[in-house]
Amino acid sequence: MRQKLARVLGGVALMALVTGAAACSSGGGDDTAGGDSCGSKIAFFGALTGSSAALGINENNGVKLAVDKYNKENADCKVELVPLDSQGSPDQAPQLAQKAIDDEKIVGIVGPAYSGESEAANPLFSEAGLVHLTASATRPSLADQNWKTFFRVVGNDLSQGPAAGRYIKDVLKAEKVFVIDDQSAYGAGLADEVKKVLGAAVAGNDKVQGEGKQTDFSATVTRVKSSGATAVFYGGYYQEAGLIRKQLTAAGVKAVLVAGDGVNDPAYINSAGQAAAEGTILTCPCAPATEARGTFAADYKALHGTDPGTYSDTAFDAANILLAGIKAGKATRPAMLEFVKGYTGEGVAANYKFTETGELDPAEVKVWAFKVQGGKVVPDQEIPKA
Amino acid sequence: MDFNELFSNFGELTTTGLTIGAIYALVALGYTLVYGVLRLINFAHSEVFIAGAFAAIWTWGAFGLNQDSNVTGFGAIVFYLLIAMLVAALASAATATVVERVAYRPLRKRNAPPLAFLITAIGASIAISEAFGIYTRRLPESGPRLVSQDPLFHVFGVPINPVQLLTIGGALLMMILLDMFINRSRVGRGIRAVAQDPNTAALMGVNKDRIILMVFVVGGAMAGVAGLLYDVRIQTLTYSVGFLLGLKAFTAAVLGGIGNLRGALLGGLLLGLVENYASAVFGTNWKDFAAFAVLVVLLMFRPTGLLGESLGRARA
Repeated sequence: MRQKLARVLGGVALMALVTGAAACSSGGGDDTAGGDSCGSKIAFFGALTGSSAALGINENNGVKLAVDKYNKENADCKVELVPLDSQGSPDQAPQLAQKAIDDEKIVGIVGPAYSGESEAANPLFSEAGLVHLTASATRPSLADQNWKTFFRVVGNDLSQGPAAGRYIKDVLKAEKVFVIDDQSAYGAGLADEVKKVLGAAVAGNDKVQGEGKQTDFSATVTRVKSSGATAVFYGGYYQEAGLIRKQLTAAGVKAVLVAGDGVNDPAYINSAGQAAAEGTILTCPCAPATEARGTFAADYKALHGTDPGTYSDTAFDAANILLAGIKAGKATRPAMLEFVKGYTGEGVAANYKFTETGELDPAEVKVWAFKVQGGKVVPDQEIPKA
Repeated sequence: MDFNELFSNFGELTTTGLTIGAIYALVALGYTLVYGVLRLINFAHSEVFIAGAFAAIWTWGAFGLNQDSNVTGFGAIVFYLLIAMLVAALASAATATVVERVAYRPLRKRNAPPLAFLITAIGASIAISEAFGIYTRRLPESGPRLVSQDPLFHVFGVPINPVQLLTIGGALLMMILLDMFINRSRVGRGIRAVAQDPNTAALMGVNKDRIILMVFVVGGAMAGVAGLLYDVRIQTLTYSVGFLLGLKAFTAAVLGGIGNLRGALLGGLLLGLVENYASAVFGTNWKDFAAFAVLVVLLMFRPTGLLGESLGRARA
């Protein structure tokens, strides 16, 4: 029975391939440029399940929208999206990367979404020459590893961290700041940048455990309280940030919580509860997704039924860069890599051009502060460059 | 190292440490009970705890309460707490029963070696935790803030809040009830008899299977209450938090002397305190390290834990 089923499925797949190829060659016409990139795949690499999946889902939905649009416009030469669910875990990243590398139809990747998994997966991609554009991994050192295939369509924590520091100093005018991080590649890096800007204003710091390992933060709360800080910076992700905010508020600490893009998600408000979350400042090296250019926000809502979230727009742009490559007939990985390297163009979130190390052109990097207001994350202001 | 932090906040670190320690202690009771009777580490007990904690949050959810609800009125709060406690204890006891029936009893009937139990325990733990993970889509579930965490009164300048009173008081009360149950009741006598010598107990007319089931039910109910207290304190629950908490509770049980009920209480409270003091002195990232370092050092000098193993033997 099972064998029979497998044979039937195999037959269907084969037929699909044949008809797909036929459609391609009949539609493309121009064999040297367009024809052979039909049936290419792009992958999204990031957390789709797990405790930190919210950002990954935002991104995957952005990528989905891009692929959806592309396939509508190029119905005769479709591109397939392969979602690779890393659960945000660096442990799972290498084997998942290998899976992508082994699928020769995959010509480019949007992701990996987080810095930790990037560190585990990117060396493999670099070796395989498989280009990847991350829409959200913001750890600065990712660009300094001599990975040949690394590109970042957002600013990094060297822009976000100092900007968060400046916001605390100049806008909140806090004189005593307590800095907490979750010891992750991303959180600790961001917290260090913030500390550098704040200098003597850092009234204390603590390191907690991320990835859902810690839920009772009473010792940290006590330290924040006794430090007399009027602002708290947290480098880490939304789950712990929510618990910390809730426990700070419960202990009567009124200090404003400032956190980075890893917390910039409605799931943070769920975790902290609306009352405690109110007034939290969240930074992001990105502009508000709802303020993206063109019809992006409306299209996104039409497809997914929700408003675009953090990094939906940048992931959309990253996917579009790859799709432009496919459209231009870059059907091999080396060709795609060269295409992305030399790419200049306009997206919905920014204009794209990459530096030697794969970073977004610094002139294009924007850092915004968002505020939790009435149970929603709303744009507050763009943080001016120093 | 920051001893100043420890000394200037000693009182507050103590009260918050005792609070989380009380939750460890209640979960530790389950490990200790099962170990005392079966000489088995029930690693699925962390998921018995999680089942109770989810049951409590979902009970509140069924009454329309979520993280943003504001419950006022002493009567309403007591009602919600009691009903959630009941449901949580039942859910945990039921989970423990299923684990015993599915994972342990079939092995016991076939005289499986102890290692086989260990593996099925870990298997059951992963299966249950993943089931909750899939059901909750691995997202955190939040409950209402039922009990205020504003200071109620001060003792030597240390603020004490209702959550701390409830958690520590609740754990102590459950502990006393359990101690009385084991030492005074007929079933308790059976439990002690089976713990001491299962075969002789069976010859004396004690139904061994029934007693073992009772041990799981009672231990499970304790874990359910711990789950409720955890929800009251933390208010947010993720499917995966059981693992580490279970490990801590197991540590607490060993610290106090596994198999010894009062040892579990002592071990739990002590562990909570050590964690908090270490967090203050070395930073929160050293909390687990300190807890396990204390365990290792203590076991070097007292291999059977602080109070020794004694569920059956001490007062038979």
